[in-house]
Amino acid sequence: MTVIANPGKRDRLWRTIVISLPYAWLLLFFLAPFAIVFKISFADPLVAQPPFTPFFDWAADSGDRLLATLDNYRFLLEDKLYWVSYLKSIKIAFVSTLLCLLLGFPMAYAIALTPYPWRNFLLLLVILPFWTSFLLRVYAWMIMLGKQGLINNLLVSSGIVDKPLQLLYTDGAVYLGIVYTYVPFMILPLYATLERLDPDVHEVAADLGAHPLQVFRDITLPLARPGIIAGCLLVFIPALGEYVIPALLGGLDSLMIGRTLYDEFFVNRDWPLASAVAVVLLFILILPIMLFQRMQQEVES
Amino acid sequence: MKRPSTFLYTVLSFGFAFLYVPIFVVMVYSFNDSRLATVWGGFSTRWYTALLKNQQILDAALLSLEIAVVSATLATLLGTLAGLALNRMGRYRGRTVFTGMIAAPLVMPEVITGLSLLLLFVSLKELIGWPDSRGANTITIAHITFSMAYVAVIVQSRLAAMDQSLEEAAMDLGGRPFAVARDITLPLIAPAMIAGWLLAFTLSLDDLVIASFTSGAGASTLPMVIFSKVKLGITPEVNALATIIIAIVTVGVLIAGWIVLRQRQHGSNRPEAGAPGD
Repeated sequence: MTVIANPGKRDRLWRTIVISLPYAWLLLFFLAPFAIVFKISFADPLVAQPPFTPFFDWAADSGDRLLATLDNYRFLLEDKLYWVSYLKSIKIAFVSTLLCLLLGFPMAYAIALTPYPWRNFLLLLVILPFWTSFLLRVYAWMIMLGKQGLINNLLVSSGIVDKPLQLLYTDGAVYLGIVYTYVPFMILPLYATLERLDPDVHEVAADLGAHPLQVFRDITLPLARPGIIAGCLLVFIPALGEYVIPALLGGLDSLMIGRTLYDEFFVNRDWPLASAVAVVLLFILILPIMLFQRMQQEVES
Repeated sequence: MKRPSTFLYTVLSFGFAFLYVPIFVVMVYSFNDSRLATVWGGFSTRWYTALLKNQQILDAALLSLEIAVVSATLATLLGTLAGLALNRMGRYRGRTVFTGMIAAPLVMPEVITGLSLLLLFVSLKELIGWPDSRGANTITIAHITFSMAYVAVIVQSRLAAMDQSLEEAAMDLGGRPFAVARDITLPLIAPAMIAGWLLAFTLSLDDLVIASFTSGAGASTLPMVIFSKVKLGITPEVNALATIIIAIVTVGVLIAGWIVLRQRQHGSNRPEAGAPGD
């Protein structure tokens, strides 16, 4: 090129590219789809029978075809199945989050108090399984918990029980699966806040006569607060909509809402109803997600 | 320096045993000669041979690898720009919405992301005729969308930890923003971009739910094939496959971990986000 572009113009161009390219992508492929889900949740299920007939036209045909209906939501309210699914999901996600915190906090704390270079090694041990296939780690528990599984074999051969217990396809297996796969999500933000703890503070406090539990309550816990909240949300929010774990480890009655939505979509092929289920789930999650965004910035800074 | 108490180390050991025992069990059973998953029938590599002859699994693995390479590369590109937009571009209109769109995909339940993207693709097809079929192309777009958020978080926290004085000095000397970004910022965030690429690659390779929603009739990724097999129970070929994947991932993570550690030694003492949500 012979013409040298005006540098000021080029700078502005660079800035525009940096901001607008990822922005436009996320607007189109992350935000806009929610609007469509919202819209389809008001569509008439009968029109929507797959293979997907043009059940909704943006422009044409809106006069008599696009009957916005609340039927899907009315159905959600009336059928006990959905209430049970939502409530059970909230309960399972909440209890699993607490269990993750109970296991993850001491682990993160121990890592934060370990000197280098051992600390890096321990961190790597936390990160490693969480990069390993999620699906295969859930599958591993099918081997552990089955009627002929490792745990039952150990229990029977050691004489603790006479015959194998039903461990797989139970709610307990779902809790176990969630804690197993999500606990690294808890440990990492906790560690990020706890590692800023000055070890000398403990000594000074102890010298001044403070009980270790007092130090923990008054110094460690407040410092770790953003990490605790971020970690809990990182477990709670995705666990609430979990599909794979209840599908592989849960029983037929383990109705978590993610599984209900998936079945509504793939088995019953009722897209509008599945959309309504998703919209309600999204409404439940809006506040936790906004809180997560704020906490993440706090942990970062 | 206070040493961690015995209690803390006991929990830590228990936690690591909890995390690793199931993985080791799968790896051991992959060499089990018996078809009954839990009865030890002697050492054998027959399931590896069976795996290598299973055309359905091989095709799916190839498709998954293609999607993972393409989506990780584009996600790294977009995610790096997003990281810069979050940390080096000051204020602009809609910045809050932008940070929200970066944070939300990290926690959004997969069923919601998957369903919403599918409905987008279906309605785009009705509206503008694209995408005319769903398969590798739509799965790739879906994977770029969620993994670019992870890349953005990793790059952004690297930028936040970085000393900005080099870039400022270059600007003071008359460097134009694009040139400064290319010659100063880019080499410094390269390790974070590599870690981000590896994470995006793994996430794509691992995804079942979003791929199931966004795929058409023809395309089955590796997790979709694995899922259809293990839903019926324990499958010896899957044990062998798991062992291979775990081995590859372990090598990948060790490389990424080494890069992050090296980067940390070069930079400040503040640890990097080696993982989402950090």
